[in-house]
Amino acid sequence: MSLDAATVRRVANLARLRLEESEVETLRGELNGILGWIEQLQEVDTEGVEPMAGGAPGEARLPWRADAVTDGGIAGKVLANAPDREGDYFAVPKVVE
Amino acid sequence: MRPTDLTLAQGLAALERREISALELADAFLAAIERLNPRLNAYITVTAEAAREAARASDARRARGEAGPLEGIPLGIKDLFCTEGVRTTAASRILGPFVPPYESTVTAQLKRDGAVFLGKLNMDEFAMGSSNLTSAYGPVENPWSRANDPARRLVPGGSSGGSAAAVAARLAMGATATDTGGSIRQPAAFCGIAGIKPTYGRCSRFGIVAFASSLDQAGPVARTVEDCAILLRSMAGHDPKDSTSARLPVPDFRAAVGRGVKGLRIGVPEEYRLPGMAPEIEALWEQGLAWLREAGAETVPISLPHTKYALPTYYVVAPAEASSNLARYDGVRFGLRESGADLKDLYERTRARGFGAEVRRRIMIGTYVLSAGYYDAYYLKAQKVRALIRRDFEQAWSRCDAIVTPATPTAAFAMDERQDDPVTMYLNDVFTVTANLAGLPGLAVPAGLDSQGLPLGLQVIGRAFDEETVFAVGGALERAAGFTAQPGIMA
Repeated sequence: MSLDAATVRRVANLARLRLEESEVETLRGELNGILGWIEQLQEVDTEGVEPMAGGAPGEARLPWRADAVTDGGIAGKVLANAPDREGDYFAVPKVVE
Repeated sequence: MRPTDLTLAQGLAALERREISALELADAFLAAIERLNPRLNAYITVTAEAAREAARASDARRARGEAGPLEGIPLGIKDLFCTEGVRTTAASRILGPFVPPYESTVTAQLKRDGAVFLGKLNMDEFAMGSSNLTSAYGPVENPWSRANDPARRLVPGGSSGGSAAAVAARLAMGATATDTGGSIRQPAAFCGIAGIKPTYGRCSRFGIVAFASSLDQAGPVARTVEDCAILLRSMAGHDPKDSTSARLPVPDFRAAVGRGVKGLRIGVPEEYRLPGMAPEIEALWEQGLAWLREAGAETVPISLPHTKYALPTYYVVAPAEASSNLARYDGVRFGLRESGADLKDLYERTRARGFGAEVRRRIMIGTYVLSAGYYDAYYLKAQKVRALIRRDFEQAWSRCDAIVTPATPTAAFAMDERQDDPVTMYLNDVFTVTANLAGLPGLAVPAGLDSQGLPLGLQVIGRAFDEETVFAVGGALERAAGFTAQPGIMA
């Protein structure tokens, strides 16, 4: 499978990465190099193999905890690194006219 | 002996005997950093005043008889660990001036035990790299150099390149690091020091900037296996804030280092004998196995048949998880913001400017393999091959108690070598990445020098949550190797 320029642009859009037209060809070449190398996975027989999700070495069972609030009331901390804010809110360019 | 020459274990003993104070120790390391960091670039941020203050508080605790297990030990912290009130960059422009309002669990536990933090260590951007060349804060230089070409600057490995270089050059007594595909073990081997990636779940990931959540683990780098064991005991343990952290007691790893290997079966995987492998690496591996036999272990051939698929599996799974984890960097809540015509334009400009080339490549790969129509062919397929890699190890454990391999396929390379092709760079992790995929502990031990005088390391892989056997084998290798060589650039 080889990516064309349109697919590179589509994936960049999905990833919310601005791509200059001059970058498309270089990136296409690099991505195809990596994907071509990954292609060898197709030769492995995985019939009936359960996919391994998560990193636990044995059987992973995520623990439950009480559905209770554990912190809160720290708006100042949450907003401390905001590039732009208005009061207790993050500020962004106007989204809806 | 100068304070910076002390191992961590020796430093603890000297502090206990009141031969040195925590403040004197911190000052000695801060002076070394001031002198050598401008060249090595191992630290992104040096917190000299905070370190002195912490050292004074440590001396006071010791005087009151309240010394913790790491009381007064000066450490460097990889800049992937969030440290409350101290800028944390992940070596990326996109985090900009980010100052965490909270502390990672691992660093909180080190502080709880009395450690003194010297500053934040350089790394590959978002821990993506094997050379430290992808840092937005410039490359780190390996304190070692080639005998026949001493002026040529070598990489310290990566992603924990700043951690490994700082410890090797005596700019810290030990350091925190993280390992997603080899990021502790490869730089440790390149810099002639020890480093362990523990079992997945042994250390909490809370407060560590996420790269690939099913692979990331924190661990220590230090000059000796024993020093790593001391640090890991403080770093490890269950944390309710990380649902994948294991509810298991933390053993006394230090006690395991001297346990010996008599009667242990050491697996030697045939598939790790790569075609074209440097004869020096192969010879060191054989030497390591001979040392273990002399110490009373038995070496047995084993097979890990899916080894050759480990790196391609990793380069589906890790970018997929990274593309999801890095979605949070949108220029809205923290870090860099580039202004845009509308919100989408703001996101796209911020991310294009904030992420470096390697991070953008991996986000693109990850987004592609998770996108509609490709998910089954790439991501699901890789998860299945990952299960087979884990099964390879499970089957091997019936024949052996630990596995010994080379840590890296080569010694440290030069900064101007092989940056052109991403896949060639990825091959650095060929011996280490399997332990991440299977969730197993892996330790790198310095074991010898190549013909150019550069350090080479061996790797010990163990059963899940059996770091003690890994430390026992690592300790035996270390004692037999008697590695005393020192880098050219050193405090």
